[in-house]
Amino acid sequence: MTRLGTNIFDYSILIIYFALVVAIGLLARRAIATSEDFLLSGRSLAAWVTGIAFISANLGAIEILGMAANGAQYGISTVHFYWIGAVPAMVFLGLVMMPFYYGSRVRSVPEYLRRRFNKPTHLWNAGSFAVASVLSAGVNLYAMAIVIEALLGWPQWLSIVISAGFVLAYIFLGGLSGAIYNEVLQFFVIIAGLIPVVVIGLKDVGGWSGLQQKVLSQPGHENHFSTWTGTQIGSWTNPLGDWFGIVMGLGFVLSFGYWTTNFTEVQRALSAKNLSAAERTPLIGAFPKIFIPALTIIPGLIAIAIVPNLGQTKDLPYNDAIPLLMNHYLPNGTLGIAIAGLLAAFMAGMAANVSSFNTVFTYDIWLTYVRPRRPDSYYLNVGRMVTVVGIVIGIGTAFIASQFSNIMNYIQTLFSFFNAPVFATFIIAMFWKRTSPWSGISGLAAGFFAAVIWQYGIGPNLAYFHAGQTMSGELNAQMVNFYGAIVAFVVDAVVTVVVTLFDKPKPVAELAGLVWGVPDPDAGDPHEGYVRRWWESPKLLGFTALGIVLVLSIIFA
Amino acid sequence: MVQYDSGEIETEEEIESHSAAFKLFDLRLLIGGLFTLYGIMLTIYSFFTTAEQLKKAADININLWLGLGMLILGLLFLLWARLSPIKHEAVHHFHHDDAAGEPRPPMH
Repeated sequence: MTRLGTNIFDYSILIIYFALVVAIGLLARRAIATSEDFLLSGRSLAAWVTGIAFISANLGAIEILGMAANGAQYGISTVHFYWIGAVPAMVFLGLVMMPFYYGSRVRSVPEYLRRRFNKPTHLWNAGSFAVASVLSAGVNLYAMAIVIEALLGWPQWLSIVISAGFVLAYIFLGGLSGAIYNEVLQFFVIIAGLIPVVVIGLKDVGGWSGLQQKVLSQPGHENHFSTWTGTQIGSWTNPLGDWFGIVMGLGFVLSFGYWTTNFTEVQRALSAKNLSAAERTPLIGAFPKIFIPALTIIPGLIAIAIVPNLGQTKDLPYNDAIPLLMNHYLPNGTLGIAIAGLLAAFMAGMAANVSSFNTVFTYDIWLTYVRPRRPDSYYLNVGRMVTVVGIVIGIGTAFIASQFSNIMNYIQTLFSFFNAPVFATFIIAMFWKRTSPWSGISGLAAGFFAAVIWQYGIGPNLAYFHAGQTMSGELNAQMVNFYGAIVAFVVDAVVTVVVTLFDKPKPVAELAGLVWGVPDPDAGDPHEGYVRRWWESPKLLGFTALGIVLVLSIIFA
Repeated sequence: MVQYDSGEIETEEEIESHSAAFKLFDLRLLIGGLFTLYGIMLTIYSFFTTAEQLKKAADININLWLGLGMLILGLLFLLWARLSPIKHEAVHHFHHDDAAGEPRPPMH
């Protein structure tokens, strides 16, 4: 990465942005009187706010730079991470699962598991989520420090401390509202920063056809402009493997597991002001998700076209695609907006982790196991303290990561194994009321160990997952990951069903509102008195999103 | 915006006694304000674009176009906030003051 030629105008754009970030925290502070105000925005936000925050919480800078890198490395097959690998799960969350989450009035995803199963299941999920969140926050900080050091020349420790300080300020003051409002603002700024790169880059390389020509003429990029080519089972050549792994592993197991059960995402919907807004949260988020690949994958391809040897040497990793283009194309002014968007995306990625960590820690660990039965103001203070602790651990993690970056990779992989089987447990629990309390922890633990054993003992040793289907070919790590998720899902599902058959079911009265076909008689009608306008129909939004994905998938097949 | 039957509306005093969430400011004003300011700054700055910078950006005066785009988006947000201001609506309240955190049904 080269140092950017920033000037005073770029820095004034940055200063205005950072002042506003803190102002949001200060302004949101007066809307906090209870722990739910702090940890769930008092369940008061409008659907468009939570919908954009839903997508923005996932649009951290690691995601943006990483997807541009994938675009450069794999070509437009990368859209599988967006279309089949995100939108169907978001629609499912909005149309099918949200009534259980929002309607049962749980404050977190682990709390749903506690009421549906038992405390061991709850502790497994809450504990792994809490640890994974603070570690991710630290990894985010470290990744940011590297980029800032390269682009602006600030020492790493300085950018770690300053950016952590800003995130601390706006979450400590404004709670989840501070985090969500900043996520929404960041969404618009990062979009404004990425569009110029795409527009200038496309003009420079001669439009879409010029881009195709320039990329396809390079050796090794012959499949960069098709998404399903080479996905046949048995003799795959696609960089993401065969269609079964893409559809079932990425599109079903991993995607549904992440989007419908990861509390960082679901929390945005739980902060919506009513069930209708909660249902629409992931559906509104699905529309930007469909089109974001244009702003990440296309820059990756442009970088392939104009930067010789990108990804071929150690000094020129694929991850540098977007910073390289910013340096190559953007004049001062627009450059300032793009940097502001990038820094905001790093902070928002970290803030999303911290704001979901403090909710799970306060309600699911402190209130449930350590100090129950305290007045609400006590938990409001705990939430604030936990925010400080979470950020301090994040800073510590960032400094450790800067010394031992490989260890951090292993830890992150380890926590991804918790996520792999989780959707099996949820889907069985929501639709089969017989599912017993002890089947929850049994299925989750079995799925976790299955994923670990697959990843280290089985997957990489199978010739089928190597290029050319021979052991001498390069291992397709994505494919091993997709198939590992399928294995974890199946193991979790089988164990859940088997344990249920030998265990006593939960009394149906305790499942009210948590399971399909068992309504909560006390809940009342969540839609009572609510006059919905036609464009607010969740079904209309959800099926429109799926329809657009289908049409685009055919066009770019 | 959401409407409730008159029987469903909680009075402002009731809301204030537990949640202060209704005091949350209107985000549209803030996004609108920032984008309007950035838009004006970039548009003015675009008149000082040098030939070298123009060449760098494939002969597009990107500061002008991005500035105008951000200005329009900012003004649209301000207009939206003006045309449909936030009403202090009743929000659903869930009470969690009991021991195990089991929620009680809303009190109506």
